[in-house]
Amino acid sequence: MNAPLINIQDISFEYEQTKALENISLKVEEGDFLAILGPNGSGKSTLLKIMLGLIKPTKGKIELFGTDSKNFKHREWIGYVSQKSNSFNSGFPATVEEVVAGGLAKKSGLFHRMPKNYKVQVKEALEAVGMDAFIHRSISELSGGQQQRIFIARALVAKPKVLILDEPTVGIDHQNVQSFYNMLASLNRDKNITLVLVTHDVDTVTDKITHVACLNQTIHFHGYKDQLDTMSDEKRKAWYGHSVRKIHHAGGAH
Amino acid sequence: MIDAIFSYEFLQNAFAAGLIIGVIAPLLGVFIVVRRLSLIADALSHVTLAGIAGSLYLSQSVAAFALLNPLFLGIAASVFGSVLIERLRSLYKHYEELAIPIILSAGIGFGAIFISLAEGFSSDLFGYLFGSVSAVSREDLGIVAGIAVIVFLFISIFFKELFVLSFDDEYAKASGLPAKWIHFLFMIVTALVIAGSMRIVGILLVSSLMTIPVATAMRLSKSFKGTIILSIVFGEISVIAGLVTAFYFDLAPGGTIVVTSIMLLLFVIGFKKLSVSMKKGAVA
Ligand SMILES: Nc1ncnc2c1ncn2[C@@H]1O[C@H](COP(=O)(O)OP(=O)(O)OP(=O)(O)O)[C@@H](O)[C@H]1O
Ligand SMILES: [Mg+2]
Repeated sequence: MNAPLINIQDISFEYEQTKALENISLKVEEGDFLAILGPNGSGKSTLLKIMLGLIKPTKGKIELFGTDSKNFKHREWIGYVSQKSNSFNSGFPATVEEVVAGGLAKKSGLFHRMPKNYKVQVKEALEAVGMDAFIHRSISELSGGQQQRIFIARALVAKPKVLILDEPTVGIDHQNVQSFYNMLASLNRDKNITLVLVTHDVDTVTDKITHVACLNQTIHFHGYKDQLDTMSDEKRKAWYGHSVRKIHHAGGAH
Repeated sequence: MIDAIFSYEFLQNAFAAGLIIGVIAPLLGVFIVVRRLSLIADALSHVTLAGIAGSLYLSQSVAAFALLNPLFLGIAASVFGSVLIERLRSLYKHYEELAIPIILSAGIGFGAIFISLAEGFSSDLFGYLFGSVSAVSREDLGIVAGIAVIVFLFISIFFKELFVLSFDDEYAKASGLPAKWIHFLFMIVTALVIAGSMRIVGILLVSSLMTIPVATAMRLSKSFKGTIILSIVFGEISVIAGLVTAFYFDLAPGGTIVVTSIMLLLFVIGFKKLSVSMKKGAVA
């Protein structure tokens, strides 16, 4: 069997004052569609940032594609869509095409030009998120949900093997959340992209995911999604602070 | 005017330097504006003034400095200031903008001390503050040209990285780009451009040539490349028109260049308003 794409081994992390993560171990295998669930402040974003090498754990180690993350050279294999799609400068003068092409910057390499066919690649990535009609629009003129899709296209254009998304459905209205998850599921199924997504909204997670990890400083549960239903109420409370409803299936939320 | 350019060397120098600055200042300015660093340009220009004033003072008291072009110490001060700003910005992570008033006032403070120490500086001072058509030497022109080469190399080598970094620096870091290094180089190149532009536009107005043409271009262009091209066009128009009027009416070129660029900005804003209301009128 291949090495897990992401292998987190006994990681802890503290911000200056706050303990954010404690003894976390988590494996993401090829083809997984993993949702990391947890309430606000449970350390979800922190865990993703550690996976991406944006911050270094105070303890523990990470392997990416079987290599120690310190020696890992292929960051372009891991796509990332951060929380708050508006972390970018709003009002930035750039077209959707330019923004998505930015996703190729690392892949094409320092001191190298963009690949010749980059426009074709950009177009394909936009088609995958259903936004190809917006290619020449200004990024600042799009709605939050549309921008979110553009940022997913930016992550997709480098053809990553893993896509990491932090709260991707924030700013997407309820009708569109389903089609948004469908889009992710088809990326997972048809393009064989391993997906890791984070959300604090347990209810809207659909039946599209394969695995769940319940996080609140530590991992309270990690396994197939169906197994979550058998989690005891006490365990649920310890994880989420209060009883949460069982996971609903497609369209069942709210 | 054309005749005059061919017959006076000082005018040739001023025009050549002006044309170069008209490209590099707005080109770098686009990145400065979208990264919200406009005020840093201001801070650095005041640090440059301190360096120049220091050099002029030293040239009166230390023989070795007498032959040195004051621009060199100005450039050195500006680069040093850019490094210092970065240090301060990481020290005050949540109040990054604090670095700007600190460095700006340090620049003015040292500048004021050196200016009062150096005797007979007041006539030169006017040129350094507001620019001059007559003060650009061949050597100055050479320095400006050298800086332009550095700017072009820097931007063409790191264009895609600079774009990603400007758009979303967290994403730049997450995708493994050497964001820190590129930003550091960017600050140094900015310091160079500010010191180089100062001869023509003057310390007090350098940052305007880096920001106003960009502000104008952003009203018209949706794309990043388009913004760059239009910024350079507006920058060049301002420099050429500004230098010509400065020469004919014996005015400080910094003033005429900046006022031209402001007029272009107002014109574009008015033009946009008009075309929007015409469109609405046509629909109604
Ligand atoms: N930059 C920071 N400095 C200090 N503490 C931080 C920082 N970022 C997060 N924290 C703390 O670390 C803990 C985990 O934060 P994190 O952002 O990972 O939570 P999260 O699960 O993503 O929450 P949310 O659902 O609100 O996005 C919280 O207690 C938070 O206050
Ligand atoms: Mg978060």
